[in-house]
Amino acid sequence: MASNIWVLAETWRGQVTETTLELLTLGREVAGQSGSQLEAVLLGDKSLAASLGAADNVLCAANVEPTPEAVAAALAQLVKERQPQAVLVPWTNLSMDAGALAAAQLNVPFVNGCKDLKSDAGTLVAQCVVYGGKLEAAVSATTASTLFGVLPGSRSAASPGNAPTVTDVAVTLPEAKVKFTKYLEPEAGGVDITQQDVLIAVGRGIQTQDNMELANDLAAALGGAVCGSRPVIDQGWLPLSCQVGKSGMQVKPKLYIMLGISGAPEHIEGIKGAQVVVAVNTDAAAPVFNASHYGINADLFEVVPALTEAVKAKKG
Amino acid sequence: MNILVLLKMVPDVVEELEVAGDGKSLDTSFLRTIINERDDHALEQAILLKERHGGKVTVVALDAPDIDDTLFATMAKGADRAVKITDAPEGMTTQMAAKLCGQVVAGLLPADLVLTGVQALDDLDGLSAALVAQQLNFPYIGVVTAVTAGGPTATVLKEFAGGVRGEFAVTLPAVLGVQAAEKPPRYVPVAKVRAVMKTNKIETVSAPGDAGAAQIEVRQLAKPVVSSHAEMLEGSPEEAAGKLVELLAQRGLL
Ligand SMILES: Cc1cc2nc3c(=O)[nH]c(=O)nc-3n(C[C@H](O)[C@H](O)[C@H](O)COP(=O)(O)OP(=O)(O)OC[C@H]3O[C@@H](n4cnc5c(N)ncnc54)[C@H](O)[C@@H]3O)c2cc1C
Repeated sequence: MASNIWVLAETWRGQVTETTLELLTLGREVAGQSGSQLEAVLLGDKSLAASLGAADNVLCAANVEPTPEAVAAALAQLVKERQPQAVLVPWTNLSMDAGALAAAQLNVPFVNGCKDLKSDAGTLVAQCVVYGGKLEAAVSATTASTLFGVLPGSRSAASPGNAPTVTDVAVTLPEAKVKFTKYLEPEAGGVDITQQDVLIAVGRGIQTQDNMELANDLAAALGGAVCGSRPVIDQGWLPLSCQVGKSGMQVKPKLYIMLGISGAPEHIEGIKGAQVVVAVNTDAAAPVFNASHYGINADLFEVVPALTEAVKAKKG
Repeated sequence: MNILVLLKMVPDVVEELEVAGDGKSLDTSFLRTIINERDDHALEQAILLKERHGGKVTVVALDAPDIDDTLFATMAKGADRAVKITDAPEGMTTQMAAKLCGQVVAGLLPADLVLTGVQALDDLDGLSAALVAQQLNFPYIGVVTAVTAGGPTATVLKEFAGGVRGEFAVTLPAVLGVQAAEKPPRYVPVAKVRAVMKTNKIETVSAPGDAGAAQIEVRQLAKPVVSSHAEMLEGSPEEAAGKLVELLAQRGLL
């Protein structure tokens, strides 16, 4: 029997994350292909093991603080002792640091941005999203116990199932050099983009702050709100609370119109719940068109005013 | 503060990317490269810290097409030194490149902070910041969006999801993987870069030692095979807009 497949269980404010459950679904498939067991690694609150019943067993070390440094040290130690075949790590802001650091300590690759993982004649092959989603690479590793960073949304979440068996494991942690102090909540006030039916999302293609007016006018005509991709937030043209994606909000509008957004996986992650997605982009090969229902391959500065007028005319 | 910034060039993904004949790598014949966006933020954060606390910013990069222009631009923005690593093997993975860069960085110590982008568009086998931290035996944290220094620790904000950030106290010296600087990267006029080219020099060091072998194999590089593609609305901007409005009306979205 091949050695086990592991999933690093990610916990956020007292709960196991959805991404962890998705990785358990994927991990189960991979374990099935290689005839091995699926184990979850829970570093922290043992009571959360109850949510991890999709695994055959949960390895739990309760004394680990939720800092990348501590999680990485604990994970690397367990991998060395128990030599799993592979470790699936959520490719999220929360866990990518710990995965990268643990892999560095173990001198194994941390295979980045995997949307799929399969066993091919005993070798694990990951399908990785690279170059902002423009290309994908099929990647295998030459090492044992490789870490794979798996994107959110790779599979549906596994249901918790029956209470799993839990194996308590001991880890010794180095003196902490990175200490958590507190959370800073997003500033309240302004529009809650997670509650909107219509969102106009602007990306770097909008070019200047003045041009934001175009998006505001379209949003006003459609009765929606404006949100944005990372570069627009970085520029300070919209507040952090209006960022959609990996570091931002998960939105679920009935209509999501993207203006000058390339469609990087970190952005698309945030719109899984959107019903109708439209993209306007000058680059016919932009990955955003693979994540939209309707596309207009044209200059947003020409399309948006025309669209605003057409909406107004239609609404009368 | 003494700050080292590690940066690299990546393909500009706004351009068309073509796969080479081997089906496993990028066709570099017409490739336009730009500074990795996250590294640009790391540089900006370093310069902001220097402006607040004084000190020196040293930029380190592997040789690449157009790297000289990028390095001169970093000095025009406020970096004090630029070091280029030459004679490195072609086609290194992130792990291999980090091995070389880490050794060069080690030779440039002491430093209070080593800053680099949390991720690059072409990373496949790890994240540079974590790899370099491991080599230097420095603490590391990534997805950083603000740094306040002063004293033996830095206060660092890390971005989680949903707009929530976490505050961490990090013992210096440390490596930080920067997601975004506190302000957008500054713009520097071409004239200023030209002036810097006349007065400043880029230092070079030969790639030290061995980068090791790749621990991954890229079996295939290809355009994504997608289960769905948008229905494209053709015609003039007015026509396409008109078609979209009809579709939205049909779906009861107006
Ligand atoms: C850890 C991590 C977390 C991240 N989290 C997020 C996140 O939460 N949200 C997020 O959005 N990103 C996030 N990112 C960044 C992400 O990787 C991308 O860099 C970002 O989404 C790109 O934004 P963009 O599409 O607006 O810009 P670009 O990728 O630069 O795309 C601009 C697009 O505009 C098009 N364009 C230009 N001019 C026009 C015009 N006149 N008309 C029409 N189209 C035009 C171009 O063809 C291009 O496709 C994260 C990155 C990392 C590393």
